[in-house]
Amino acid sequence: MSMQAAATESRAGTEREALDAWVREVVDWHFDPATGCPFWLDWASRAGWDPRTEVRGFEDLVKFGHFEDEQLRGGPVRRWVPRAYADKPIYVFETGGTTGVPKSRVAIDDFRTDYELFSATLPDECFPRGSNWLMLGPSGPRRLRLAVEHLAQYRGGICFCVDLDPRWVIKLIKKGWMDHLKAYQAHVIDQAITVLSAGHEIKCLFSTPKLIEALANRLEADGSSIKDTGITGIFAGGTEFTPQWNRFANEELLDGVYMTPTYGNTLMGLAASPPSGPDEGYKITYYAPQPRAVLQVVDPDDADRVVDYGDTGRVMLTTLTKEFFVPRFLERDEGEREPPCEQYPWDGVSGVRPFSGIAASTTVGVY
Amino acid sequence: MIHFPILRWGKPYKSLEVDKVVHFATGEPVAEVSQANPGLVARDMRKASRAREVLREVPATELVGMVKKAAELFSTAELPLGEGSQSPDDFVRQQSATTGLPEHMCRMNMEKLRYVLDHIDEILLSLTRGLDPGILTRGYGEEGGVMRSYQATTPVLGMVLPSNSPGVHSLWLPIVPLQIGLVLKPGPQEPWTPWRMTQAFFEAGIPREAVALYPGLGEVGAAVLNNTPRSLIFGGTATVEQYAGNPNVQVHGPGFSKILLGDDEVDNWESHLDLMVDSVLINSGRGCINCSGIWASRHTREIAEAIAERIGPIAPLPPEDPNASLAAFTVPGQAAAISGDIDNAVAEAGVTEVTARFHDGGRHEARERCDYLRPTVVHCESPAPAAVKKEYMFPFVTVVECPQDRMLASIGPTLVATAITSDAAFQRALLDARNVDRLNIGPIPTIRLNWLQPHEGNIVDFLFRPRAFQMAS
Repeated sequence: MSMQAAATESRAGTEREALDAWVREVVDWHFDPATGCPFWLDWASRAGWDPRTEVRGFEDLVKFGHFEDEQLRGGPVRRWVPRAYADKPIYVFETGGTTGVPKSRVAIDDFRTDYELFSATLPDECFPRGSNWLMLGPSGPRRLRLAVEHLAQYRGGICFCVDLDPRWVIKLIKKGWMDHLKAYQAHVIDQAITVLSAGHEIKCLFSTPKLIEALANRLEADGSSIKDTGITGIFAGGTEFTPQWNRFANEELLDGVYMTPTYGNTLMGLAASPPSGPDEGYKITYYAPQPRAVLQVVDPDDADRVVDYGDTGRVMLTTLTKEFFVPRFLERDEGEREPPCEQYPWDGVSGVRPFSGIAASTTVGVY
Repeated sequence: MIHFPILRWGKPYKSLEVDKVVHFATGEPVAEVSQANPGLVARDMRKASRAREVLREVPATELVGMVKKAAELFSTAELPLGEGSQSPDDFVRQQSATTGLPEHMCRMNMEKLRYVLDHIDEILLSLTRGLDPGILTRGYGEEGGVMRSYQATTPVLGMVLPSNSPGVHSLWLPIVPLQIGLVLKPGPQEPWTPWRMTQAFFEAGIPREAVALYPGLGEVGAAVLNNTPRSLIFGGTATVEQYAGNPNVQVHGPGFSKILLGDDEVDNWESHLDLMVDSVLINSGRGCINCSGIWASRHTREIAEAIAERIGPIAPLPPEDPNASLAAFTVPGQAAAISGDIDNAVAEAGVTEVTARFHDGGRHEARERCDYLRPTVVHCESPAPAAVKKEYMFPFVTVVECPQDRMLASIGPTLVATAITSDAAFQRALLDARNVDRLNIGPIPTIRLNWLQPHEGNIVDFLFRPRAFQMAS
């Protein structure tokens, strides 16, 4: 074992102890009648066991089974607000929602904390502090707009926003209204071009793979490029951000502009990936912001079993903040389990893509 | 392992994402196919006009010669594939291995494609109604003292191709001599024909920059449709409905092809039995031109029984067996779903499954990695049951009892109608029936095509629009 590997293993052990301690603190918080939210307190009253005495570490979370996100659908939304935060200003963020009642989660400061932690992973030379941002993607009831705007502000910049409504996009795709889809995408890109050409000194961009492609193609048709607009750093995310797309974007769209992939959703924080280029085969490996969130790769047929390193499995998320507790939620994604690395001394996941067991019913890459 | 790269205007591009295509019976990987991402298609299509430019640099008559040379190469030559090469026999074996089609049917489809390539000059002459090809190249020209002008509606034709029947590739073979580029998205199990045809074209001298090939999933097909001004797509009824009314997309869906026996001929039905059986059975019933409905005013039970006697006993044979008549279903669950749908259809009053007595183990034969459906004949006492509108990707036919004067109003959309009748009034009605595309009057099997005639619309009309043009001298 190399010295670096030994150091990583040693750090992994330390992080594991810290995770167990954090689990105890978070569980104590959520199941204390003075601080917990009505949902989990009601759950505990019917569970027949006391999480505060029986959960001594991360492994004990298995006693909760798997969180079902259907429980997030519908109200009253206040049942998710921890009593300790009852008097704080509360945000609600929604996910999905193409049909029926969307799933929602409450937040107070989590999105700020998550994005501040993520900020530390951004290289200052590509995302210069004090520079302005463009948030080009889904906002509306989603967390993204506020989160990206906070990231910009946290780094001393001001965030310009162009909205995209993914629910409308999904409807257009399902109806086969491709002309409308193209027109809507053009409408979004028009606004982005206008903002980028208005002298606001925007250097940082959040967007999605599809919109980055559309922006690059439009700029090129106009005799310009993403680099020419002054953008030096892009952060993007989603299951469409595959190694092939990473390579395609770097080789053909970005002209040297730095881009970092992320994996996240309303239920968790933001998982970052170490830089990945041709030397790494453009492979993307995400590491959750432990201990606030833990990503595991588990056997789809036996979700209590974590697969071996390199093996494929379903992504399982545990969110552990004092605002929100989600034990062992089986995501709609799959990927390969990756070992700890120097920068992130805990398990990661690579090759994230829609879970093949349910992929046929999922519309991905809509924006 | 054979690797199919993406072709970006003729240049190979190896993707970081590959899909393995496997042998339908053994599960052994046969090849890996680079998967395009939709953005790559959109990116390349910005240069689509170049495809037409390079083709216009070659006189149309020379392109015709190259296509004819490609006919020979496609059916006889060792052509590049992966790191090595592919013989015609390799092609047949490999195509059979991933599509489930028996090898002799793959060979038959290969010959069909060769025929079209060999006769491309006659086909173009017919489709353009004898137009001087130079007029399409220049965009205008005088013919018989009349100025004629045609404008290409697109520099390239996008195509989302199927996996089920390699014969359909004949539809896009006349495109290159019309100096329109090709943007192909192969079916997931059938990368073989688009690749081999492309290589034959290149070897014959057709400019590489005129052809792009993008294997991938559904979203890559959508990218092809969304980024080419004119496209063809093959699919099921849902696909047809999705693109119905879109003038930029020509949709090729289920054919619902039929044989109609006129009252004047129906008493002679026995003399047409071979024609009926061939129309249902050839190519394992997979094509849109295979017959899925036989309509007559009387003798329908006898007809159904006679066809059942012929095709009901047919059982699966190994793909290399020259007598194999059935193709395997390689998509998991597909055969079971079809069989379940048939069960529901035959449960309706007035519907009888005539072949059931030949299928001791049931209609559906499940194997370890694939499935077969045994040929099925269903009798319907009237056009009312849902069964009469069914068509599946295997030898399946309904024999429907219906008075002749109600037939055309009841048959629904019909790609090929073979009407066996000498009744002038019925023939007139058939000629006027707008729900019939290809019309055969007389004993012509539905699967026998005249390649000099348009198929579901004239491709030349789709790719060129006539317009007024005047030039001051």
